[in-house]
Order: sequence, then C-alpha cells, then structure tokens
Amino acid sequence: MENVIRQAMKVAQAAELFCAHEVSTPVRFEANRLKSIQTREGISYALRVVVDGRVGFATATSLDDRGALVQMAVETAHFGDKADLVLPERTQDDGAAIYDPAVETVPLKDMVALGQGAIDALRRSEPELVCEAWIGKGMAEVEVLNSSGLRASYRKSFMGMSAEGTLVRGTDMLFIGDSESSCRPISDAAPLTEIIMEQLENARNMAPAPQGEVPVVFTPLGVANVLLMPLSVGFNGRNVLQGSSPLTGQQGKDVFHPSLSLRDDPTVPYSPASRPWDDEGTPSQVTALVDGGRVANFLYDIVTAAKAGTRSTGNGVRMSGGPPSPSPTAWVIEPGDTPYRQMIAGLDDGLIVEEVIGAGMGNVLGGDFAGNVLLGYRVQKGKIVGRVKDTLISGNAYQVLKNILSVGKEPRWVGGRLLTPALCCGKVSVSTRQA
Amino acid sequence: MRDEIEQALKGHRAEYIEIRWEESEGTRLQYRGRERESVGRSTARGGNVRALVKGGWGFVCFNEMKDLRGKVVEAVRQARLVGSEQSHFAPVPPIEDAVPPTINKDPIAVPLADKVRLLEEYNGIILGTPGVQSSLVTYGDGRRKVLFANSEGSFIEQGRADISLRVSATARKDGDVQQAGLSLGALGDFGAMEGLHEQVKSLAQTAADLLKAPRIPGGEYTVVLDPVLAGVFIHEAFGHLSEADHVYENERLKEIMVLGRRFGQRHFNVVDGAAVPGLRGSYKYDEEGTPATKTDLIREGVLVGRLHSRETAARMGETPTGNARALDWRFPPIVRMTNTYIEPGAATLDDLLEGIEDGVYVSNWYGGQTSMEMFTFASGESRRIRHGRIEELVRPVQLSGNLFTTLQNIDAIGNDLDMNQGGGCGKGMQVPLPVSNGSPHIRIRRCLVGGK
Repeated sequence: MENVIRQAMKVAQAAELFCAHEVSTPVRFEANRLKSIQTREGISYALRVVVDGRVGFATATSLDDRGALVQMAVETAHFGDKADLVLPERTQDDGAAIYDPAVETVPLKDMVALGQGAIDALRRSEPELVCEAWIGKGMAEVEVLNSSGLRASYRKSFMGMSAEGTLVRGTDMLFIGDSESSCRPISDAAPLTEIIMEQLENARNMAPAPQGEVPVVFTPLGVANVLLMPLSVGFNGRNVLQGSSPLTGQQGKDVFHPSLSLRDDPTVPYSPASRPWDDEGTPSQVTALVDGGRVANFLYDIVTAAKAGTRSTGNGVRMSGGPPSPSPTAWVIEPGDTPYRQMIAGLDDGLIVEEVIGAGMGNVLGGDFAGNVLLGYRVQKGKIVGRVKDTLISGNAYQVLKNILSVGKEPRWVGGRLLTPALCCGKVSVSTRQA
Repeated sequence: MRDEIEQALKGHRAEYIEIRWEESEGTRLQYRGRERESVGRSTARGGNVRALVKGGWGFVCFNEMKDLRGKVVEAVRQARLVGSEQSHFAPVPPIEDAVPPTINKDPIAVPLADKVRLLEEYNGIILGTPGVQSSLVTYGDGRRKVLFANSEGSFIEQGRADISLRVSATARKDGDVQQAGLSLGALGDFGAMEGLHEQVKSLAQTAADLLKAPRIPGGEYTVVLDPVLAGVFIHEAFGHLSEADHVYENERLKEIMVLGRRFGQRHFNVVDGAAVPGLRGSYKYDEEGTPATKTDLIREGVLVGRLHSRETAARMGETPTGNARALDWRFPPIVRMTNTYIEPGAATLDDLLEGIEDGVYVSNWYGGQTSMEMFTFASGESRRIRHGRIEELVRPVQLSGNLFTTLQNIDAIGNDLDMNQGGGCGKGMQVPLPVSNGSPHIRIRRCLVGGK
C-alpha cells in the first residue's frame, strides 16, 4: 500500500489510499426452514489523488496492478473537482470499543439455533406465520494511508439478526418483523421476537383508518422508516452548501419543536455505526444537529467542509465504492418524558405507524414523505383497536417535527443506525380507501 | 482459466455446483450544482461458488481465484450442513457458448472528455433555468465479462455494457424545495444519452414551476398514467408478485397466485422477458445458465405464467424461464424481472381522457415499492384532469393501492407502448439491477392518491 502512495506522489500533490476488507458468514432461513449458509469475503482499495489542484478517484479489488490504479486516478483528476483537500496527518486510535473477539468464535450451530429459536417462538404465537430469518456475523478491517503521513487502521466485529413473518388470509397479507445488530455476540432471540409478537398482537384485528389530519405516533421503527431519510438529506453539508436543503441559512434558528434534540454519534460503545475515525481518517466526534429545536450543525467531510469554510465533522463516508461524501453515522434522538403507554392512552383518535412502503420516494430533499402504511394501528379513546389497511400517509418531515405533541421516554435502537423513542406528531395527512 | 474452473468442479458430493467469475470496469461522474463533485473509475474482479445438497445451499464469494477447489469444498460443506431433504432443481441442458456484449456506441470507448462535455451541457441548461437552485447529474457506465460453469457441463461466457443517467433539478423558495428529474438507461449504447437537451430543459422548467403548483387533496381519483409511470406501476404492482420465489414455499400465496386466476379485464396483457432484444434487461442466458425466454404473465386478464429460477420451477412443477439473476459476483442468483411491460391496446390518449371530470394525469417517476399485496409509487409530475383535458401542474403525488382491486380497475389501455430503461430494481440487498419496463398510457378508476 505504501508503494501506491509513493507511485502516485510522483505526479500528484496529495494522495490517499483506503482499504476495507470484510469477511462475513450469513445464515438464512426461508419458509420456516434453514435455507443457506454463506461465506463472503470482499476487499476494495480506493485511491484519491490531487493533481494540479483537482481531485481524481479510482477503485480496484486488488493491488496487483498498482500502475493501472494510479493511472486511472490521475486520468480522472484532469476532469476532477477543484478542491482544497487537506488530508489529516494523524488521527485518534482509541475510539469507542467496536471489536469483540467473541464474535469470531460464535459457532455456526449457535447461529442456526438462534434463527430456529426465533422462528419457533413466533410460530408458537401464530402457527400460520411463514417466517424468514437472517443471522450474520463478521469482521471488517479498515486501513487508511495518506501523503500527509497518516497511517491508521482499525478492526470491527459485528453480529446481526432479523426475523420477519408473513400471514396470508384470503388476499390479505400481514408483514411483521424487526432486526437488531451489535459489535458483540447476540445470544438471545427473545428481545427481538418479543417486539415482533407485540406487532402481531396489535395487528390481530382490522380497524378502519382515520381520515384527514390526525395525530400520528411514529414508533422507533416508524421514525426510521419515515422521518430519517428526509432529515439525513437535509443535514448533509453538501445540500446545505448548494442551497438545495430546506435547512440552508437556518443554522441557529428554531426550525423544529423545542422538544426535539438530535445528534450524530459514532462514539457509542459496540454500536455497529461506531468507529474511531471516518473514511478519510478524521477523528469521530459527537455532532449536535438539533438542540432543543434549534438547528445546531450539519454533517461534513473534508472537501465539503473546506468549501463551506468549516471543519469536517468526521462524516466522510464511502458509499457503494464511491469517494467520501457527508453521511450520517448513528443518529440519537433525545428521549422525552412521556411513557409510550401514556402517549397512546392520551390519544382520542389517531394512528400508530411502524412500517411504510414508498416513504423514501418523492421529494425527499424538500422533506416530503408519502407512503402506504404497511404496518400501522388505529388508536381510539386511548386504546389500540386494530391494524389499518389501504391507507396512505403524507406530510413534510420539517412540518411534522415542528408539531411534536410528545416525545417518548423509552429509546430503542433501530437497525444499529438510529436510537430513538416514539414521537407523537401532528400535521400528518391520512388518506384511505372508502369501502 | 477454463481448465482450472472445470477441474475445481469435479469430484464433490453435491447434487449441483456452479462457479462464476466476473471482471468489470466502469466510470462514474457526478455534478452537483456548478461542481463536478466526483469523477471516478473502477476495476473489479470476483467470483463465487454455489452448491446444492439435499435442498440446502452453500455459497462462497471472493475476490481472488486462488485455491478455487478449496472454495468449492467450503460451499459443499455449508450446503451439507443446511440440507436435510430432497433437492428440487429443474433440468436445463448443458450449454457451451460465448456471447459478446451488445454494443452500439461503446461507452468504454467514448473518451472521458466527451462524457464530461455532454454532462456539462445538460448541467448548464438546468442551472441556466430561472428559479432553479441546484442540480444533480449522475452518470455511470460499466462493462463486464462473466464466466459461468456448472457441474452439469455448462460453460458460458457473457459480456454486457450498461449505462445509466439521472438528471435532476432542484428549485427552492424559502423553505420550500421542489425537484424534477429524468432517469435513463441503455444496454451498450452511449448514443441513448446524447441529444436530451430539450428534455433536460423541460424538466428544469418543471422544477421551477412546481414551487407555484398546489397540492391536491388526498383521496380516490381516476388517474391516467403515462407510459413511463405505467411501466413502473406494472413492475411494482404486479411484477414482483409474479416472481415465483415469493410464492413457491407459501401455500396460501400459491392459492392466491394460482394459474388461471383472473387479475384484470380482457384487454389486459402483461409480459416479461430477457429474450426481448436490445433492452437493459436483455441477455442470452441467466445466472444459472438457463436460456432467456419471453414469458406471458397475464393473457386476456388471466394469470398464465410466472418468473422462475431452476429451483422454484422444479418446486412448482413448471418450466424455468431464465429469470435467475445476480447483481454481481457477491450475490447468489434470485428470481428477478427483466423487461416487463403491458401490451398495447387500441385507445388513443384522447380516448382515455374523455369523460374524466376531475382526475389526475401522472407521468414520469421518482420510485416505487411493493409489499406484494400493497404497492406504492411516486409520480415525477402530475397534472389535474378537468372535463377530459390535461390542465394545471400540481405537486407530484404518491399513488398507492391494493394489487388485486387495482388491476381490475384498469379500464382503458392506450396504443402507444414505450419502454423506460432508467433506474434499477431492488430486491434483498441486490440493487440496482438493470431492468426495463414499459406500457402504453393506461387509465385506472378509483386509485388512491396521497395528498394534503
């Protein structure tokens, strides 16, 4: 890897080589039965260079042909963005704990038993459920070198599990499911199956959906499914800089309800999104995004920060093999003081939203969301009366989060990327098919 | 390499083994506003082994060929751990073939400078449109060569070149942000990306106009879909449910998807097929070495076929359709669509609009998603229909519904079939897979539209 930097520096003013090597073992269950076991290994190298003040970028899955990699990066630099790419000279080595050697020694038979256990538990509550489950574990080694002298690497372990059930009656289909993940071994399926069984209980009966603007409770899953994407585009420093985010020019202003506080946090121990530094070597930090309703900061990588006249927040992330760009790590929404039961009990008429299909489509940049409620329940007089169907919700994340009615007390991780309590919000429009 | 692969396949205790090896290269360019945000090139290689023992699958993927035999042994060992019953795997005759990529204007041969110039022209048009705040232009091309061999004696080499382009404009006034976009794709033809200046100009204008456009109230409307959005509709609303892997192990779903069931009116015909040439979902053999076909899914409103891999076909006692596809070497093949479309009828657009007092004309797309029974998709543009005429621009809408009632509610089908090749399909972790979909204009009664 040193040789790549050396070779690149013969023509470049700056160079950076990033390498990620990942090995994982997923086990899959389909239709209630064990279906496949995989061993997956992948390695990728990404070279970024600055030639005549312009950035070039190339990737490969091997360093056998260093010359070709350097040549591709240099070729693209002729057409690259003019950027002030100041690469870090050093970083921090001791971030949050993200490696547990116990993950590597989790036997395959334990993973199989975990999946079978989850499926058996779900089918005990509803024998007609057809279940899928996924249990995976793995290890990643990440390394970054640059021409400013940075040499850094870290190792991360991870384990994850998901279970889903489908219940078909006539042409009615019910989908329930959830997942969890950690950098440590998962040895008990019960916490996951309990959440899914509660979904099943809430969905046992059908109920007509409310119509018009009604209060909506977004469960942690619902917050992740509906509100997360518009916000992650809105807080992206690049969109803010371009003026294509509704938050452009709003820093320091009260844009959200005072009960909302949100931070980007890659420092939570054993959270799968944690790491000591980002994909450019910038040390991880906690970044307040919303502080008591006020817009506090945005997410930056090195290049975007330089253009915006600020510093990288350590959010340079390489998505699907591309160059670093600003991206969230794990988001944490500060819990409030309303217990979930009380939040529901206080609703005269409303909707609880867990899962929506199509929520991430449409004008996400503007904060709009709209989608079909795949899993959601009607609340009447403080009680969950059943599952709704043929129901569309739509609204705007910024308006909805200005109209927070209460913030839940019990935060929960969703997919290792979001720690949030339930949020009860106004300004959500509900349309339903009339019988 | 052929010797090495064929040797590695020999002498294992498995019912079926396949090896795939892939080499690819590609270019990616992205503009955001005035900035050429990224320009990158990539090369990649990798492969996988898949083995079947007693109904259980093992799968190993890797970047390096070394110790290929050891990888086969590992996949067989995993399959053996999983398998506990009888394997079902439909027979396909062994095939030896070499298929060069379909190329009209090779994207790899077009100099980077020419790609940059073209995208800069489009970006300039967007940014020069009054009211437009920013742009996002993303271009990607790639060429790959895939070797496929299996324990039955098949050895197939296939090449393909794929191009995709997404151009979008963002308009902003105070906190209100609106966007309009265009997605295109092509199989091995850079020419399909050229000469789009008028379309780009029009989408930029739409983004600016949307700031002034009203939202429509949510509820049920008669909607007329343009060919692009109707193509997304048939892909989402019906296509995914016709993928047999959703159905083959679920007795209740099998009852719902029984061949012969009526899904639509007599004018309604739906087809999928990689054997339809020259489109992004076209190929000669799928990732299990099955020759591509063209499959009738719905004929005169009745379910007559579905999409299969070799395993799902055997399990359901039907014939493989050549729809087992993998995004790349990191994934095992699963049942996917290829080129999916509603066949044209006889109506003109005016016929479709006639008699609609208050409806919505929806065109272009942002995206779509399905849960099989329920589907939802977002229009890129929407206009109100009043008294049989397409009138003012309104904010883009989300359409949603129940598959079983909505297909019955298609009451008119146009005569103007058009295929859209933009975007890509997602299933499991495998996204974006190149597909195309299409339709003529169609009219749907009582379609649920999200709104204020």
